[in-house]
Amino acid sequence: MTRPLLDVRDLRVTFHIRREGDLPWTQPRELHAVGGVDFSLAPGETLGVVGESGCGKSTLARALIGLVPAEGQAEWIDGKDLIGLSPRQMMKYRNDIQMVFQDPLASLNPRMTVGQIIAEPLTTHHPGLKRAEVKERVKAMMEKVGLLPNQINRYPHEFSGGQCQRIGIARALIVEPKLIICDEPVSALDVSIQAQVINLLIRLQRELGLALIFIAHDLSVVKHISDRVMVLYLGRVMEIASSDDLYAAPQHPYTQALLSAVPVPDPAHDMAASVVPLAGDLPSPLAPPSGCVFRTRCPRATERCAAEVPVLSGAGHQTACHFPGPLTEAEIAFARRTEAA
Amino acid sequence: MVIEQEKMQRLATRMVEEEVKGRSPWADARKRFLRNKAAMAGLVILILVALFALFGDMLAVWSNEELDFSVMGQVATMGAPSLENGHYFGTDDLGRDLFSRTVQGTQISLMVGIVGAGIAVIVGTLYGATAGYVGGRTDQFMMRAVDILMSVPYMFVLILLLVMFGRSIAMLFLGIGLISWLEMSRIVRGQTLSLKNREFIEAARATGVSTWKIIIRHIVPNLLGVVAVYATLLVPLMILTESFISFLGLGVQEPLTSWGALISEGAGTMNYGTLWQLAFPLFFFVITLFGFFFVGDGLRDALDPKDR
Ligand SMILES: Nc1ncnc2c1ncn2[C@@H]1O[C@H](COP(=O)(O)OP(=O)(O)OP(=O)(O)O)[C@@H](O)[C@H]1O
Ligand SMILES: [Mg+2]
Repeated sequence: MTRPLLDVRDLRVTFHIRREGDLPWTQPRELHAVGGVDFSLAPGETLGVVGESGCGKSTLARALIGLVPAEGQAEWIDGKDLIGLSPRQMMKYRNDIQMVFQDPLASLNPRMTVGQIIAEPLTTHHPGLKRAEVKERVKAMMEKVGLLPNQINRYPHEFSGGQCQRIGIARALIVEPKLIICDEPVSALDVSIQAQVINLLIRLQRELGLALIFIAHDLSVVKHISDRVMVLYLGRVMEIASSDDLYAAPQHPYTQALLSAVPVPDPAHDMAASVVPLAGDLPSPLAPPSGCVFRTRCPRATERCAAEVPVLSGAGHQTACHFPGPLTEAEIAFARRTEAA
Repeated sequence: MVIEQEKMQRLATRMVEEEVKGRSPWADARKRFLRNKAAMAGLVILILVALFALFGDMLAVWSNEELDFSVMGQVATMGAPSLENGHYFGTDDLGRDLFSRTVQGTQISLMVGIVGAGIAVIVGTLYGATAGYVGGRTDQFMMRAVDILMSVPYMFVLILLLVMFGRSIAMLFLGIGLISWLEMSRIVRGQTLSLKNREFIEAARATGVSTWKIIIRHIVPNLLGVVAVYATLLVPLMILTESFISFLGLGVQEPLTSWGALISEGAGTMNYGTLWQLAFPLFFFVITLFGFFFVGDGLRDALDPKDR
């Protein structure tokens, strides 16, 4: 087996929350935004990361790129642990790991021209480059992501959302990174534009041999692009498997509930009949349930789930559940009843 | 269907080659500003006042120090504004030409205003942006220092400084410069805090742009709107401060003068029938203040169209 590009072990991000008016000596409350995530990513592979809003997807991305302090281990292909590197040591890897953000317009400085925006990573990492050369490369990159190179002097507000996201992608690609982390790159776009941007990402990935971490909040978006998919819930991995396996035979009840809500392009398919509802609300990450964090909403939860934290197990298709397997009719009916109540 | 293949080809290459000029947010703001009548009137007034300060000396027949002995002692009757003897604005009580005195007062007052606002812009912006962006203890420390400086009754300190170290224009600039940036740094810090969490700042941090470059390249340009508005409103405040001090007799020293000093003199002799000594400096003072306020208002509307 080839060496993974990125090998993440037990990655944790804890925020210390102080409430307004707390006395200086009271202990701040701990929010485990990411609570021990393991995965590895091969060069050129795409990992989809899926989970509800607030489950720690962005925090995971920000931890990998060194924007928030984290604990654990994230080993890069050269054997270096990215967690806890000093800013100077991290600089080298900032070239290799680039990020594409959720809000296309907000991630571009409104006072800079498109050319300046795309060139920024390049001039940061290669300060010796000549102006003409930078411009040349920016134009080539604009062409590559489907923007007209003659628009180089325009400002972000003169572009549509989809075009802005292309600018964001061009900015990430200009330094020829090995890994791009896309944090919900299409959530803010219209459906028709979403497909364009995803296809662009797929094309560029094939051409350039990039690895991608593609974050989304529903499974339908990542299906198309991912080799493997990781399902997160309250900062913990529920299930991680190859895309085909996960969609064909989901093992974790949470994944099954998420999948049942994905629209199927088949007129005969009855959505209302197939949806498995999730009972109750997402628990507060400040006070996660004991044992398995999903147990409060799981139709299959038992006492063991409250007592014991399930470990991620299995070869290839990994699941963190004491009782993995497809939901039975009875369980689905039970989920519907609790939802209705 | 006859589409001229060649022409289309040429159009296509031209489309790709010619770089389109972008419409920057500044250009948009300029257009809105130029359409604002009050602001444009204010701007015209300010330009005229500035021209008066710069080139007024050339029109003057008398210098500002010369005493006109022919009017001395009978200023009320002989020193009135007249074109014949060259005292366009009349003379002051000592027989000095009020026109060239007003030109000089305008120069000094405008300079005080602009230097004061300039210090505020440079120091206040960098200080506030650094405090806001770096955050944490640095921010706490920097802003508490501002709080402490602001709690000092500055007019009192300024007067004390002028009394202790003697009245000099350098002292005046120093005193005004010391206080002018405080409020600015607070405003800038507040703005920076809201900018700091925007995604484009995060994007810059993610690629490893240094803190200093982020402040200069990403934070400050996005603050300039607020800074510009506040600076134009600060100039008249500085002028007012200087005038107040000069009115008290602590400002600039003879033979230099300023609007405040001239108004003070004019007000002192008001009862002797020499109203022009008050009217001319006051006129310039008032129109300039109005000019700055109109321009500042116009800038605010132009830079923040949502506000209306
Ligand atoms: N800087 C921070 N300080 C404190 N808590 C934070 C911070 N950033 C995120 N959190 C908390 O961490 C949890 C995970 O947030 P995160 O932004 O990673 O979620 P997400 O999965 O990206 O959600 P979304 O789909 O809405 O983007 C949330 O409960 C959030 O409130
Ligand atoms: Mg997010």
